[in-house]
Amino acid sequence: MSEEHKIDLAAIRARLAGSNGPEYWRSLEELSESQGFQEILQREFPSRASEWLDPVGRRSFLKLMGASLALAGVTACTKQPLEQIVPYVTQPEEIILGRPLYFATAMTMGGVSTGLLVESNEGRPTKIEGNVLHPESLGATTGYAQGSVLSLYDPDRAKTATYLGDDKPWKSFVGAMQTLMQVKRASKGAGLRILTETVVSPSLADQLQQLLTDYPNAKWHQYEQTGRDHVRAGAKQAFGRYVDMRYHFERADVILSLNADFLNCGPGLLRYARDFADHRRITGPDSTMSRLYVAESALTNTGAAADHRWPMRPSQIGPFAAAVAAAVGVAGVTPSSGLSADLQKQAAAVARDLQQHRGASIVIAGEDQPPAVHVLAHALNTALGNAGTTVVYTDPVEANPVDQLESLRELVADMNASKVDLLIILGGNPVYTAPADLPFNAALSKVAMRVHLASHFNETSANCEWHVPETHYLEAWGDGRAFDGTISIAQPLIAPLYEGKSAHEVLAALSDAPDRSGYQIVREFWMRQFAAGQGPSAPAAAAVPATADKTKARAGGPMQARMGTAGPVTSAAPAAGATPLAATLAASAAAEPAPGPGDDPFTWFWRKVLNDGVMADTAYAPLAVSFSGTIPPLPPAPPAGPGLEFIYRLDPTTYDGRFANNGWLQELPKPLTRLTWDNAVVISPATAEQFGFVTRYAYQGGEHGQALVDLVELTLDGRTVKAPVWVMPGHADGCATLYLGYGRTRAGHVGNGTGYNANLIRTSTAAWGGSGLQVKKLDEEYHLASIEGHYSMQGRGFVQVATLEAFRKNPAFVKEAVETPSSGDTMFDPAEHPYLGYAWAMSIDLNACVACGTCVIACQAENNIPVVGKDQVMAGREMHWLRVDRYFQGTLENPAVYAQPVPCQQCENAPCELVCPVGATVHSSEGLNDMVYNRCVGTRYCSNNCPYKVRRFNFLLYQDWNTPSLKFVRNPDVTVRSRGVMEKCTYCVQRIQEAKIESEKQNRKVRDGEIVTACQAVCPTDAIIFGDINDPASRVSKLKAQTRNYGLLAELNTRPRTTYLALLKNPNPELAATAPVNS
Amino acid sequence: MQIFHRSANTIFKLSIFGSLLVVGGLLYVMNAVESSSWVTRQDQIITQPVQFSHARHVGGNGIDCRYCHTSVETSAFAGIPPTKTCMNCHSEIFSQASYLRPVRASFRTNVSLHWNRVHDLPDFVYFNHSIHVNKGIGCSTCHGRVDQMPLVVQVQSLQMQWCLNCHRHPERYVRPRADVFRMDYAYPTDQVALGKRLVAEYHIKGPADLTSCSTCHR
Repeated sequence: MSEEHKIDLAAIRARLAGSNGPEYWRSLEELSESQGFQEILQREFPSRASEWLDPVGRRSFLKLMGASLALAGVTACTKQPLEQIVPYVTQPEEIILGRPLYFATAMTMGGVSTGLLVESNEGRPTKIEGNVLHPESLGATTGYAQGSVLSLYDPDRAKTATYLGDDKPWKSFVGAMQTLMQVKRASKGAGLRILTETVVSPSLADQLQQLLTDYPNAKWHQYEQTGRDHVRAGAKQAFGRYVDMRYHFERADVILSLNADFLNCGPGLLRYARDFADHRRITGPDSTMSRLYVAESALTNTGAAADHRWPMRPSQIGPFAAAVAAAVGVAGVTPSSGLSADLQKQAAAVARDLQQHRGASIVIAGEDQPPAVHVLAHALNTALGNAGTTVVYTDPVEANPVDQLESLRELVADMNASKVDLLIILGGNPVYTAPADLPFNAALSKVAMRVHLASHFNETSANCEWHVPETHYLEAWGDGRAFDGTISIAQPLIAPLYEGKSAHEVLAALSDAPDRSGYQIVREFWMRQFAAGQGPSAPAAAAVPATADKTKARAGGPMQARMGTAGPVTSAAPAAGATPLAATLAASAAAEPAPGPGDDPFTWFWRKVLNDGVMADTAYAPLAVSFSGTIPPLPPAPPAGPGLEFIYRLDPTTYDGRFANNGWLQELPKPLTRLTWDNAVVISPATAEQFGFVTRYAYQGGEHGQALVDLVELTLDGRTVKAPVWVMPGHADGCATLYLGYGRTRAGHVGNGTGYNANLIRTSTAAWGGSGLQVKKLDEEYHLASIEGHYSMQGRGFVQVATLEAFRKNPAFVKEAVETPSSGDTMFDPAEHPYLGYAWAMSIDLNACVACGTCVIACQAENNIPVVGKDQVMAGREMHWLRVDRYFQGTLENPAVYAQPVPCQQCENAPCELVCPVGATVHSSEGLNDMVYNRCVGTRYCSNNCPYKVRRFNFLLYQDWNTPSLKFVRNPDVTVRSRGVMEKCTYCVQRIQEAKIESEKQNRKVRDGEIVTACQAVCPTDAIIFGDINDPASRVSKLKAQTRNYGLLAELNTRPRTTYLALLKNPNPELAATAPVNS
Repeated sequence: MQIFHRSANTIFKLSIFGSLLVVGGLLYVMNAVESSSWVTRQDQIITQPVQFSHARHVGGNGIDCRYCHTSVETSAFAGIPPTKTCMNCHSEIFSQASYLRPVRASFRTNVSLHWNRVHDLPDFVYFNHSIHVNKGIGCSTCHGRVDQMPLVVQVQSLQMQWCLNCHRHPERYVRPRADVFRMDYAYPTDQVALGKRLVAEYHIKGPADLTSCSTCHR
C-alpha cells in the first residue's frame, strides 16, 4: 500500500449538513470521497484482487505462466480417471440413490430448541432447512443453524475420549466413572457437581433429577452465556415466580423496544421476526402497519427496522422507560431527572401512542438492561392491558430456571472451598465464558476429578482430566422445548462420526445402567410419559379441548409424570401451572389416534412425533399471573468520569464462541457492522473523535475493505484487553458495545487467534453492561475486514423509501422515482425469445427484510460456496453469491438504516452475456442467466460489465479438495468450482430442475411455491419470494403487480427479473422521523 | 546491401505456411484425440471384479432392467444393485460357483463390491435417468444391446455433441413408453412421424428448452 486515506469526520459532517433530500451512503469511506474510493468505483474488482499476492518473484511468475499456457490446451485432452461404483451390500428400504431424504430434528442452543428439517444425501446431512410445522421456525432457520452442519464435519473436532491427554476407549471412561460413583454412593454424592448449559430437554432434566434423587448431596449447576439472566430476574421480580414471555407481534400496533434486539436475538426470534413482518406487510394503500419505537445503544437489526430510533447510553434507557411509564400512568413510578428535555418530549409522545393502542402494544426490554427495567416493561404491559393479549406469560421453557451467574458463583465458591471432588461439565466452555472475577479456571484446578464433555478439546478441556467428545446434535438423540413450550424430539441424521457421546449417555455412565444408549434413554422417557398420559383419566383430559381447562383436568389426575412430582424441576416453579407432560401427551395422541386396534399406540405416537418434528399441542397454555405492583428503583446513574458505559452482546455469528471454528459463520458479514473474521469495540463517531481514533483505509486502488483501525487497551476493574475499534454511525455517544465470542485460544484451526476476548475484562457484577470502561489508545494498528464498501454501486437510488402516509397519497411514488424503459426498447426482436414456458423471477420485499443475513449463509450451504479467509476478504475476493447491502441516510449520529439483499438480478437484457468471448454465460429459455463453469476461461469481462456486481471470481483454489470430512458437506447437485472460474447466483437452478423433472414425470406444470430457493427457504420474514411470472396467479406475479415494485438500476434497461418492493416507514406524525424519507 | 540470399524468400514463405500447417495439424490431432475412443472410452473393455454377464442375465434369462437398476424410473441415478440383489438368486442357484466367490464374500463380510464405472459423465454434467425413461428414451438408445454384451461396454461417445443430437431432435430417438425397456426395439421406418406424435403426446420440450445450458449444467 503506498498511501493511506484518513477519515475526516468533521468534513463528513459538513458534507452531510450541506446535502439536502434523501442521500444514501454505505460507509464512512464513501462519504469521505477518498481518492481510493473513487478509484475503486471505476474498477470491476479491487486491483489487489487480481494481483499475485504470494511472495513469488516476477521470474517464477512468468515461468509458471508460460508453463500453464503451454498446458492450457492440453488439459482438455486429459482422460477422466476411472471411477468406481460402490453399491450397498443390503440397501436400506427408504433410500433411493440420487434422491435426498429429509428428516425432522431439532437444534438446542441458548436455552431454546428450534425445529429443523435436514436434507440427507446417502446418509450425509448436507443442508439444514426449517420445519414448517414448528412454531418458531415456520420453515425458517437462524444463521447459526445453517452453519451448524459445517461444525458437524469440522476436522478439528475431538475424536476419542482422553484421560490426561491420552486416548482412551469409552469403556475405560465408564469404568472410571462407575468406580468413582461407587465411592460417592456412600457419601450420598457429597462433592459431586454437575455443570450443564441451559437445559430445555425434559428427558435430560429427568436424568439429572434421578441422579439428584440417588445422590441427594450432589448439586446441579447451570451456566451458559445467553444473556437471559436479567430477563429471568425481571420476570421473577414482577410476578413472584419464573415465567417466560411469549410476545405476539402480529397483534401489536405499537411496539417500544428498550434496547431489545428481538428481531435478531433471544428465544423465538424467528417467529417474532415473522410476526413482526406479517403485521407490516403491505398489499395496497389500505394496508396498515405497526409502529416500532426503539431506544437503544448499539445499532441493531431491530433499530434498523424502527420507525423512530433514539440512540442513548444504556443507563438512559431505564429513565426513558420510567418517563414513558409515568406518562402512561403506571403506579409507583418516579420519573428520573436525568433525561434531556428532548427525550422527555419523545417519551411523552410514545406514551400517548401506547395509550391509544391499549391491548395492542408491546413494551420489551433488552437482555443487557437491569432487571428493574424489565419490571418496568412488565408494569407497562400490565398497565396498557397488553398482558394476556399481545404478551402472554407461560411456564418457563427451561426445565429448571435459575440465576445462572449465581449458580456459577456458588460452584466456584464450593470449588475454592475444596467442597467439590468430582465435577462433570456437560457441554459448554466455562473456562472461556466465565466472568473474569470468578476465577473458574483456578478454582477448577482444585477439583480432584474433572470431566468435560465437549465437541472440541477446548479451553475448559485443557484443564480437565477426562475429556469426552460430544456428539453433534445431528448425531444424537435428544429433545427440547421451543420458545412457546412445544416439544420436539431431536433425532440423529448420522451415526457419530467419531467416538462421540451425548450428555444423556454420559449421565447414564454415572448411573446403574451405564450402557444405555441415548435412543433408549429418550424413547423410554417418552414412553413413560405416554403411559402415564394413557391412564384412567386420560380420556377426560383428551376430551377437553380448551387450553384453559386443560390445567384443571391435569391437576387432579393420577397421570402425574415423574418430572412433575418432585425435585428441582418443579420445586423451582412450584406454582399452580406445574407442567405434567402426560396430559398434554394424551391430548396430543388423541388428536391422532392409532390407525388400527393392532397397533401399539406409543409406537404410532412416537413415529408421528419423529415424522412431524413436533409433539402436537404441547405448547404451554397461557398463565394467569398478576403483576406484583412494586417497581424497584432503577440503578443509580453511573458516576461522571472519564470511563465509558458499555454493554456486551453475543456475537451475531460466533454466538458465545461456540461457532468460532466455523468458517461459514466467521465469514458471514455481521449484520450492520459488516465485519468478518473479527469482533471489535463498537463506538459512535463522536466518541471516536473525542478519543482521537482514526479509521484509515489503505489503498493503492486496492485494499478495499481493509480498514486500518486503532488498537485500544480496555481497562475495567484493573483487567485489561487489547481490542480494535470500529466506528459505527448510529451508535450512542459515550458508550461502547463489546461483542463476546472471539479471542479463543483452543477453538481450532479456523477460530484460533481471531478477534479479542471480551470475557477477559467481563465481571460478574457487570455481566451484561456497566460503566467505567477505561479506553486507552495504543500506538498500534489493526486490520479489520469489513465488506461495507465492497461492490459499491455509488450513489444511485437503490432503496426506495416513503412514509406510509406518503404512500397512501401516492401509491405509485416508486414509478416516479425509478425510470423503467418500456419492453420495446431493445435492439433484439422480442419475438425471438418469447419465454413461452416458465419465466422465473424473484421479488424481495424491503419492508419485510430485517437484514439478518441468514440468506447469505443459506446460499453458501446450498451452492458449495467456499470460504476464502480474512486476507482474501480484505482483498475483495469473498465468494458469497448474495450480499445484503446496508445503506445509511441522514446524520452520523442517528441515520436511517436500510438493508437490501442483492442476488443476481437475472436480467432479461443481461450486459454480462454480451461480452463473454466463450459463451460461458448465456440466456436460458426461462430467463435465467446460465453460468456454464466448464466453459469459463476466466476473462472476467462479464463481471466488468455487470452493473450490479453480483459475479464472483475464483481467484485462487478456495475449495478444500483434500480434507475428507469437508467433502461430506457438499451439495451433490451443484458443481464444485475450481480456480479461474466465474460464478454467480443461479436462482438455485438445481432446485428448479428437480421440480421441473418431477412435475414432467407427472405430466403437469410446476406448482406455484413448489420451487423454493435456498435464500427464500430460510428467510424468517418471507421477504424473498420466487416463482413464475408467466403465471398471473403466482405469488411472485401478484407481488410484482404492486405499485411498490421497482427494479434495481432499471433505467439501464437491463430488465431485471429480481425486483424489489419499496420500503415503507410508519413514523408518528407527532415526532420528527429519523431520516428525511420521501414524503 | 542485401543481407539475405534470394532463397530466404522461399524459406520464409515455407516457414509461414509450414507453421500454419503445423498449428492446423496440431488442432486436428487434438480434436481427433479428444473424440477418440481412447479419451471417451467408447468400445473400451473395462474389467470388473465379478464376471457378471448382462448377456446371460438379460438376454439369456430375460430379467428386466429394473430388477437390478431399481431407481431408473424415479431418480437421476439408475442404481447399481446391492449384493443382496445378487444373493436373492445366487443363494439358491450357482451357490457354490467359484466365480461368485467375491459376491458371497461381500455378503458375508458386509463389504461392498467395487465395480468399475463404465458410463461416466464429467462431474459438471447432471444427467437424470428418470426423466429420459419417462419421456420415452429407451435404454438401448444410449446403452446399446446390453442383452448381447457379456461385458458391458460404452457404445456411444457420451460427448456433448452426441447428447445434443437428441436434445435438438428428440423426435428421431423417442419411442413409445411401453417399449422403453425392450432391448430388441427397432425404430420404425416412419420414426420421424411417430416421433413427432410422441413428442407432442409426452410434452417433450422444444430444442430451446432442451439446449439451455442449465438443463444439464448446474
